Amino acid sequence: MATPSPVPQAYLPFEQGLKEIDELIRKLEDWARTNSMDVSEELNGHREKREELLRRIYQNLTAWDRIQVSRHTQRPQTRDYIAHICTDFVELHGDRSFSDDNAIVTGLATVGEHRLMLIGQHKGRDVHERSFCNFGMPQPEGYRKALWKMRLAEKFKIPVLCLIDTKGAAPDLGAEERGQSQAIAYNLQVMSGLKVPILCIVIGEGGSGGALSIGVGDRLLIQENAYFSVISPEGCASILWKDSDRKADAAEALRITAPELKNLGVVDEIIPEPLGGAHRDPKGAAEMLKATIDRCLKELNAKPLDVLLEERYQRLRSMGKYQEAALAAAAGT
Amino acid sequence: MAQQPKRGAGGKEARESKEPAVGPERKRRVQTEGQFIKCPNRSCSQSLFIKDIEKNFHCCKSCGHHFRVGSRRRVEITIDPGTWVELFDHLESIDPLQFKGKRSYLERIKESQEKTGLRDAVICGEARIEGIPLVFCAMDFQFMGGSMGSVVGEKIARAIEHGTKNGWAVVIVCCSGGARMDEGVLSLMQMAKTSAAIERHNAAGLAYITVLSDPTMAGVSASYAFLADVIIGEPKAMIGFAGARVIEQTIRKKLPEGFQTAEFLLKHGQIDMVVPRSEMRGTLAKILRYATVQRQETPRTAKARSPKPSGSSARAKAEPVPELVGAASGGSAKKSRRR
Ligand SMILES: [Zn+2]
Repeated sequence: MATPSPVPQAYLPFEQGLKEIDELIRKLEDWARTNSMDVSEELNGHREKREELLRRIYQNLTAWDRIQVSRHTQRPQTRDYIAHICTDFVELHGDRSFSDDNAIVTGLATVGEHRLMLIGQHKGRDVHERSFCNFGMPQPEGYRKALWKMRLAEKFKIPVLCLIDTKGAAPDLGAEERGQSQAIAYNLQVMSGLKVPILCIVIGEGGSGGALSIGVGDRLLIQENAYFSVISPEGCASILWKDSDRKADAAEALRITAPELKNLGVVDEIIPEPLGGAHRDPKGAAEMLKATIDRCLKELNAKPLDVLLEERYQRLRSMGKYQEAALAAAAGT
Repeated sequence: MAQQPKRGAGGKEARESKEPAVGPERKRRVQTEGQFIKCPNRSCSQSLFIKDIEKNFHCCKSCGHHFRVGSRRRVEITIDPGTWVELFDHLESIDPLQFKGKRSYLERIKESQEKTGLRDAVICGEARIEGIPLVFCAMDFQFMGGSMGSVVGEKIARAIEHGTKNGWAVVIVCCSGGARMDEGVLSLMQMAKTSAAIERHNAAGLAYITVLSDPTMAGVSASYAFLADVIIGEPKAMIGFAGARVIEQTIRKKLPEGFQTAEFLLKHGQIDMVVPRSEMRGTLAKILRYATVQRQETPRTAKARSPKPSGSSARAKAEPVPELVGAASGGSAKKSRRR
């Protein structure tokens, strides 16, 4: 049988041509079914056209387009990936001192042959789930929960897998009262020296300190249509031009797409997504993610601990671009 | 979330940035009007003679209002005279993103350099406080709001590593609106870089103290500012992660009086103490003396000062460790056993 027609979805502004073809294909399929007619030849023609259009659109995404893909409501999130790639998941809750932050999911997980500690930010999909997860914006308890579980991973000598997907830390009175700054900072410090491999992957939004709080490790990977940034494009636009509608310009200026981040040396590897983005084929996206996790963990597990930690330190130490003035002056003469 | 210098972090900062600069560049003014400023504390509003403010640790004589202090002046009023040896001053910002903002990043850097005479928003150096050797860093709000880009991150990381290598404490005076947006994600990564350096300094058992001055926000507060063994706030300093205005817009409620002040953080258990600037030097010395009890009584630092670090560590192993250290500290016990 032919591949099933695409599930109805929310189309992004730059995908308009697709909607028409998808609708045409769906109508044709329905008509063929009700009339028991064979229209496979015609359907295949439309499907080919659709794929070509999809390829053309997704090969020419602007930075702002990609950010919209990263925020797509049907894009797979941490709990979706857990369902797809983990053969076992024992969820562990709480920060042992104040509450259980549902913006960060933590637990013992099995991915392929790897037993690991999974720590992932989860934004939620419907209204109810989104408010339950605080839209994926962690409170200090979330960072401390993550830290507690990382310490456990260190004790059990199992690697840590972090899935990053957040707009950023919660801008909240209570979060400030309970030491948001300290909680984020302490995660950065501890992760830089944690004595087990840490693999970090941005699977959607990588917003600022909230994202970095579980983003320090041996490798930082990013899915093709995810982003990682010091500030949201909207926030940047409103600071620069006092106009958040210029978010597309800001997205461009900040260089926050996967290929730009690779160029800057901030991410080590880009994980491909199925054609048309992870939201069109969550299962396919999960398979690609799983294969990469498996390969990277094998590589990291093979390193002696002192080598692993020294390489992690040097990786973090190399972040940033600047010049040494004396050398620059010498070169100028 | 990055705080854009001057306007990112809410009303308080915007108000205070209107304060006239009090610094050496003001000294030359001859007109009487330039020699006096009004205390910005509204319940005080005293007319203050600028020279008096400078003499009084840049504080209002009448109400104690703390004016912002430039990094050079901060060094002068905090460390022992004549002990400053500046480090890593040759590092300079480039425009790694070719950032297409409102104005060219390099132009803004140049402008700040001319205005302040600094190369970037932090200065680092070897220093002594009441004789105790340490690495001292001071941030400067006048330089692009004290924002942290690659240069600030690199200088802080190198300064901490310098402390680790020499067995010295590190003291950092923070003053920053947060990460420098013009360097995008590279400025975000400075948080990870500096925190990693602190992890190693900490593992070496060395003391680390931060002084959080007004303002200490966002990327700086969520990295090296809050990783110290002892965290000291300056009175009324604005300290926090998210800007007050962003929080107000999100929670749609008025924030309590004094939100994100040093006193607020003290009350909520986030910092160790609030210390007026006039007592800062003495307080730092007092804490450092506890942290360096053993180090002070052995020639270890003198040895570590040898220009060749590899040679010096080899020598340290060969030479007998004084009895006092072996008996008092767990770390050196191994060495004593060896001899
Ligand atoms: Zn006053």
